[in-house]
Amino acid sequence: MNIVVCVKQVPDTWAERKLRSEDKTLDRESVDGVINELDEYAIEESLRIKEAHDGEVTVLTMGPEKAAESIRKALSMGADKAVHLVDDALHGSDVLQTSYAMAQVLRKIGFDVVILGSESTDARMGALAAMLAERLGVAQLSLANKVEIDGGTIRTQRVADYGFDRVEASLPAVVSVVEKINEPRYPSFKGIMAAKKKPVDKLGVADADIDAAKVGLTGAATEVVDFVAAPPREKGTIVKDEGDGGQKVAEFLASKKFI
Amino acid sequence: MAPDRKLDPVDFLNLDAQLGDEERLIRDTVCTFVADKVTPHIADWFEHGRFPVELAGEVAQLGLLGMHLRGYGCAGTNAVSYGLACTELEAADSGLRSFVSVQGSLAMFPIWKHGSEEQKAEWLPRMAAGEVIGCFGLTEPDHGSDPADMRTYAKRDGSDWILNGTKMWITNGSIADLAVVWAQTDEGIRGFLVPRGTPGFSAHDIEQKLSLRASVTSELVLDDVRLPADAVLPEVAGLRGPLSCLSEARFGILWGAVGAARTCYEAALEYATTRVQFGKPIGAFQLTQEKLAWMLVELGKAQLLALHLGRLKDSGGLRPQQVSFGKMNNVRIALDIARQARTILGANGVTLEYPVIRHMNNLESVLTYEGTQEIHTLVLGEAITGLSAYR
Repeated sequence: MNIVVCVKQVPDTWAERKLRSEDKTLDRESVDGVINELDEYAIEESLRIKEAHDGEVTVLTMGPEKAAESIRKALSMGADKAVHLVDDALHGSDVLQTSYAMAQVLRKIGFDVVILGSESTDARMGALAAMLAERLGVAQLSLANKVEIDGGTIRTQRVADYGFDRVEASLPAVVSVVEKINEPRYPSFKGIMAAKKKPVDKLGVADADIDAAKVGLTGAATEVVDFVAAPPREKGTIVKDEGDGGQKVAEFLASKKFI
Repeated sequence: MAPDRKLDPVDFLNLDAQLGDEERLIRDTVCTFVADKVTPHIADWFEHGRFPVELAGEVAQLGLLGMHLRGYGCAGTNAVSYGLACTELEAADSGLRSFVSVQGSLAMFPIWKHGSEEQKAEWLPRMAAGEVIGCFGLTEPDHGSDPADMRTYAKRDGSDWILNGTKMWITNGSIADLAVVWAQTDEGIRGFLVPRGTPGFSAHDIEQKLSLRASVTSELVLDDVRLPADAVLPEVAGLRGPLSCLSEARFGILWGAVGAARTCYEAALEYATTRVQFGKPIGAFQLTQEKLAWMLVELGKAQLLALHLGRLKDSGGLRPQQVSFGKMNNVRIALDIARQARTILGANGVTLEYPVIRHMNNLESVLTYEGTQEIHTLVLGEAITGLSAYR
C-alpha cells in the first residue's frame, strides 16, 4: 500500500499571525511553524493504515525551506520518506494553483491513497482534497472520522450535522480527515533519531513537471485586496448586580444574539 | 532571529538557535506530552500525595527512560537532549523528573556501566520499556552526605551474599521491581541487584512529607537478604560506583531545576502583567520589575550554564566537579526564583491554583538530594584549593 500524507506547515496557532505588507501573503518568518493540526491526525491515520496493511507512508509537503522542520516531525512519528516541493516560484500560490502543483507531484510519485487534514488553520479553505481528487480523477472521501481499507475498497464515515454517512470508493482515492478520527502519537525519541536517516526528496517546479507560469502570486486566481489588523479587544462591560444581575446578563446575551 | 521578531521573555538569549533539529524536536515532544498528560492533573496529584505510576508506560513509549544510554532498547540520544527532556519534565513537577532521573541515571546507568552482559540483557530492555521500575539505595538513615561510612553490609556465604541494612529517602522505593543497593563488603563498596519479592527485602513509604508529594519516597529494609553470586555488579568496587551514577543524575537535575524556575518565572510574569493594584498592573511598579528582571537574568544564566555543561558532556570533557558547579548554582537559583515568584503572586502564591509553592516545596528536596548545597560547595572548595574540608 502506497500511502501519501499531505502535510502543511502553518504558523503556530497560538502565535500572533501577520500578513506581509509588501505582497499581502502570510509572514512565515515572524512566527514558529508547526504541522497543521488536522494533518497530524492524517499522519496518525496513515501510520495506522500502514501498520494494518503494510506498505509505505510518504509525506508530501509544499512549502518554503523552513517546512523541513514539519517534515522531520512527520518522519519522527513514523513516516518512511518525504517529498518536499520547494521553489520560490510557488510563493503566493492560491488553493487552485497549490492543487495543480501537488497533483503533478502525486502523479509523479504514485499513490494508492492520499490522506490530508480537512483544512489548514492558516488559510482555512478546506478545498484542497476535493481539488486534488478532481485533478487526479479519483474519488474523494471527505471529513472522515473513520477509515477502513479492504483490498481495493476504502470505506469511511463522513461526519455530518445529523450523524455520519457511510462512504465507499475504490482505490486510489483522496481522503480528508477530521480531528475525531484518532489521537495522534507523540514522536518517540527513537523515531526522532531515525528520522534524519530517512530520505527526503526535494523537488523544484521543473523536477515535478510543474509549469512555473501556472503557479505563484502573479498568476493566482484569487487576490488579497486589502487587510486590516484585528482591532484590540475592547474593554468589557461591567454590570453591577443590584438584585437584577441575572436579568441584565440575560439581556446582554440576548442583545448579542447568544440566546 | 528575524530583527522584527519580539524578544522571547522566556528564551531571552535565543538559546533555541543553539540547538540542533533533533534536540529541538525531543524538547518539543516532551513539552507537548507534559502539557497534555501532566500539567492538567499535577496539582491534584501533589495535593493527594500520589505519583501517577500509570504514566510510566507512556513515558517509556516516548523513550525517556534511559534515553541517553546506547543499546538495550534505549534511545541513545546525546546529553543535551537528555537535559532538555529533564527541563521540560521538571517544568511540570520535580517529582516526575525525579522518577525519570532515578530510572535512567541511578538504576539503569549502573547496570549499563558496571553490569555484566547477562545483567544488561536481562534488565535494561525491560527498564527502558517501563516494565521494570528501578530504584537506587545508597543513602541510609544515619549516612547521607558521608556514604562511605554506610552500615549496610554484604557478607559472603559460600558463593551467595547476605545483605543487612536500611536505606532511606529512596525515590521509587516501594514501586520498584528492582533495587540497585550499595553495601559495604570485605572488598569495599559493591552494588547489588535486588529484585522485588526477594525474601527479607521490603520497602515502606515515607509519609507526611511536604515536598515531592507527586513522587514515591521510601525506606528499604534488608534483613538477611540472600542473593546469588551473579547479583553483584561485577565491574566496579568502591565509592566510585555510586558516585559515577550520582554524577549522571546530577547532570539531569541541573537541567531540571531550570524547568522549575522557568515555570515559576512565567507564572510571576503573567500574574504581574494582569494583576491590577492602585490602578495599574503590578508589573508596572519598579519593585516588581526589579524582581522580574532579576529572575530573567538568573534564569538565563542557569540556562546558559546547563547548555554549556551539556555540550561539555557530549564532547566527553565534563568533570564531576563541573557538574557540582551546575547542580549547586541551578538548584539554588531555582529555589530563589520560586521564592521571588511567590512574593509577586501574593496570597495566590501559596495555593495549588498556581504552580509556584509546589515547585518551591519540591526544590527544597532537590536542594538537598544528590549532594547538598554544602557538599557541592566543599567539592568546589577542594577542586580549587586542593584541600579537602571533609576528609
